[in-house]
Amino acid sequence: MTPAVELRGLGKRFADQVAVDEVSLAIAPGEFFSLLGASGCGKTTTLRMIAGFESPSAGQVLLAGDDITARPAHLRPVGMVFQHYALFPHLSVFENIGFALRLRRTPNAEVARRVGQALDMVRLPGLEHRRPGQLSGGQQQRVALARALVSRPAVVLLDEPLGALDLKLRKAMQIELKTLQREVGITFVYVTHDQEEALTMSDRIAVMDHGKVVQMADPRTIYERPASRFVADFIGVSNFLPGRLRTAGGDVQIELSGGQLVRGGAVQDLPDGREVTVAVRPERMRLIATGSAGSAGPGWNEVAGVVRNVVYTGSDTQYFVELGTGGTVMVRVPNDAAAEQRIGAAAADRVRVVWEPSASAVLKD
Amino acid sequence: MTRVSRRGWLLPSYYWALLALLYLPILVLLVFAFNDGTILAFPLRGFTLRWFTELFATEALMRSLRNSVVVAAGSSLVATTLATCGAIAVMRFEFRGKGLFLSVALLPLYVPFVVLGVALLLFLSTVGLPRSLWTIAAAHTVVGFPYALLILVARLVGFDRHLEEAAMNLGATYWQTLRRVVLPLIAPAIFAGWLTAFTVSFDEFAVANMVVGREPTLPVYLYSQLRMTARLPRVIAMATLIMAITLAIFFTLLWLHRLMARPPAATSPVRP
Amino acid sequence: MPAESRRRLTALLAPPALWLGAFLVAPLLLLSAYSFRAGVGGALFRDWVPTLEQYRILLGTPAFLRLLALSVGIALLVAVLATLFAYPVAYYLVFRVRERAGVYIVLLLIPFWISYLLRVMAWKVVLGEGGAVNSLLLSAGLIHEPISALFYSRLAVVVTLVYVWTPFVALPIIATLYRIDRALLEAAASLGATPWQRFWRVTAPLSLPGVLAGAVMVFIPTVGEYVTPSLVGGSSGSMYGNIIFDFFGRSANWPLGAALAVVMLALTLGLVGATSRLTRLERFIG
Repeated sequence: MTPAVELRGLGKRFADQVAVDEVSLAIAPGEFFSLLGASGCGKTTTLRMIAGFESPSAGQVLLAGDDITARPAHLRPVGMVFQHYALFPHLSVFENIGFALRLRRTPNAEVARRVGQALDMVRLPGLEHRRPGQLSGGQQQRVALARALVSRPAVVLLDEPLGALDLKLRKAMQIELKTLQREVGITFVYVTHDQEEALTMSDRIAVMDHGKVVQMADPRTIYERPASRFVADFIGVSNFLPGRLRTAGGDVQIELSGGQLVRGGAVQDLPDGREVTVAVRPERMRLIATGSAGSAGPGWNEVAGVVRNVVYTGSDTQYFVELGTGGTVMVRVPNDAAAEQRIGAAAADRVRVVWEPSASAVLKD
Repeated sequence: MTRVSRRGWLLPSYYWALLALLYLPILVLLVFAFNDGTILAFPLRGFTLRWFTELFATEALMRSLRNSVVVAAGSSLVATTLATCGAIAVMRFEFRGKGLFLSVALLPLYVPFVVLGVALLLFLSTVGLPRSLWTIAAAHTVVGFPYALLILVARLVGFDRHLEEAAMNLGATYWQTLRRVVLPLIAPAIFAGWLTAFTVSFDEFAVANMVVGREPTLPVYLYSQLRMTARLPRVIAMATLIMAITLAIFFTLLWLHRLMARPPAATSPVRP
Repeated sequence: MPAESRRRLTALLAPPALWLGAFLVAPLLLLSAYSFRAGVGGALFRDWVPTLEQYRILLGTPAFLRLLALSVGIALLVAVLATLFAYPVAYYLVFRVRERAGVYIVLLLIPFWISYLLRVMAWKVVLGEGGAVNSLLLSAGLIHEPISALFYSRLAVVVTLVYVWTPFVALPIIATLYRIDRALLEAAASLGATPWQRFWRVTAPLSLPGVLAGAVMVFIPTVGEYVTPSLVGGSSGSMYGNIIFDFFGRSANWPLGAALAVVMLALTLGLVGATSRLTRLERFIG
């Protein structure tokens, strides 16, 4: 199937700085695709190159198989929602949404119909005659979306559209946007720096760093199988244990400092003795107090340590444990009654930190 | 820290005294505009409105007024149009000659009028153009241009670039974007620029005096009348009228400024 | 820059650039070229051999140089006086009136917005021999003869110009004073500085760039003035601008006039260049 959007070796350099470095990806029709990364990673520049506001220094942009790299912005059939909405202050909501139609000299009746449809789609009927300045942030955001959707483009580009909203509204809008996208079936290319947002809404995520795509996969894979330390650190919280790969004897294990051996999840093809990092999510680790009856599952990794700090955060409790192998890990335990009874660990208690091998990722950096 | 009230009276008194001194000649003029006497001296003779009626009957005076209005309107229109183009070019594009262009554009503010006048005189002579209202208008476009440019550049500084991108994304060509989005939103600034250039031209004497042909503008006419004592009260009456109109324009500009200073009903916050 | 961008830029930049080129740059260049002409006679540019003759005459005529020095002196005096008079007003508005200063500034600016020619004329009326002040004083019996020193003199020129420019120069001073961080003054106060010391050691130095900019803004048009001198200056109040005007008018000697004009142009542009560098440096230091 022809990808809705395809980037081939796309690059952009500004003076002496490389903003986007050989990005290649293909987005399927109807997909909710996110570009995720910190400020300056190149995600917005990439989006703007798809829109036509920046011309690439290298590579191509294809839309449904057509090479639009040289096509000017106003001739590209993509919709765009800007971070601060960019609604025309001198026009009413109706005229804002109908702007594209008016340019094509669409007859009035048709304009009215399509604008009405667009407003219904974003659930904002009745606000046609207001000016953008009279609307709330959430309403403006929806008008911006309606404006982008009214010409029924195949692809809509969204540049951190929820960034200006407060937390609760943002959460609600995330779900609404996702639902809308599913209903209408349009391909969304979404730029955000909020990893939780990307994980919530996307079908696939491309994590970017310094102009390059460092990992591209569905949310679950990105979270559970980060390809590098950067991704593991950027997405959610992670514990990192440095060690050396030991492949002798047919069994792949990692030797942590102090000699302790642990098993990892998917291990990349690396030579024996290579320095690696084991990354484990805090919620995948468990604590067993020394001398208690509890035990880890078969084959689970076990490392001894001492509790240094206990932090209560409402829904969970975080235990900061100093390991015998050196370093500190954070173990997150949900605060349900059973757990409390099981652990009851406090500072200075000796504990064992245990986790399933498949819960850890072995990273080569 | 408390302020001793004794210290408080010096500065305000200074301000009001200065203000009084500033308005004194203007008030004196006003007094003599209504004074029933041809000599601008005390003692006063009595109230009259005849100078105003006579001035409207003085053909040369009225013609010079009309000339000034026409020249001001035309030159300010050209100046503002050019300034709008220049402001957009400077604020939206990066190019190597930008510094040079701006220096030249603001030059009329730094060049003494007498130099500008003689330079234009020489130019007209070389090119073979006779001096006329057209030449005054051409001179005034140059004089008024920097004012209009500064006003428009100031307006464009806070103008959200994303609005233009949004319009183009929706299918508008660059020129359509300018027409449908940019120009409507900077219209108050364009008007303010036009009004400023108009006022500058209307009042301008130094340069006009050097490139004037047979038809004078109002300031040139006024100047020529200053030696004729009998005509003076009429001239003063005209001066009073001009003052009133200038004030009206001034307050219009002020009102416009307040309008522009208010954050526009835009969704986009001011971005550098 | 992509081709379409270049096309748009040309379409926008060409009209003003060409217009200014024709009506500003070309005339000024012509003027400069003309100043290198030998004599008055003959067609404008036919048989033109560049020569420094006019400049030699200029530098060799003490009267010209004196008049230039006089004009610079008058302009300097006017700039200094206007700035001095305007400073307390600016200080008052920024530090005492504060938020309500809008109206006060408007009141200050209204006279400036009324025609320059009219205001000069008004002073003529006020200060002249048969003018208001004299006739008032005469009719009140305070003097027996009109005071002619007020009129048709260098003094009259200076007074008139100071009057014209004072409200205007208040603006940059207000802007600069406004930008001074109050915390600095409070810090000085906490260190024991009296109000006067705070002014001299904190406010005044920090306001210097703005004051300088304002003074330059007054100096430049004033040095080339010819209108005011012709109205209220009489013969002793003539300024450099008047001889330039004359050489292009009654005493037709265009090449010499051009040379004189070029000298004035160089002077003002040089001044602008020098002070802009100065005020920029100030911003880095202070």
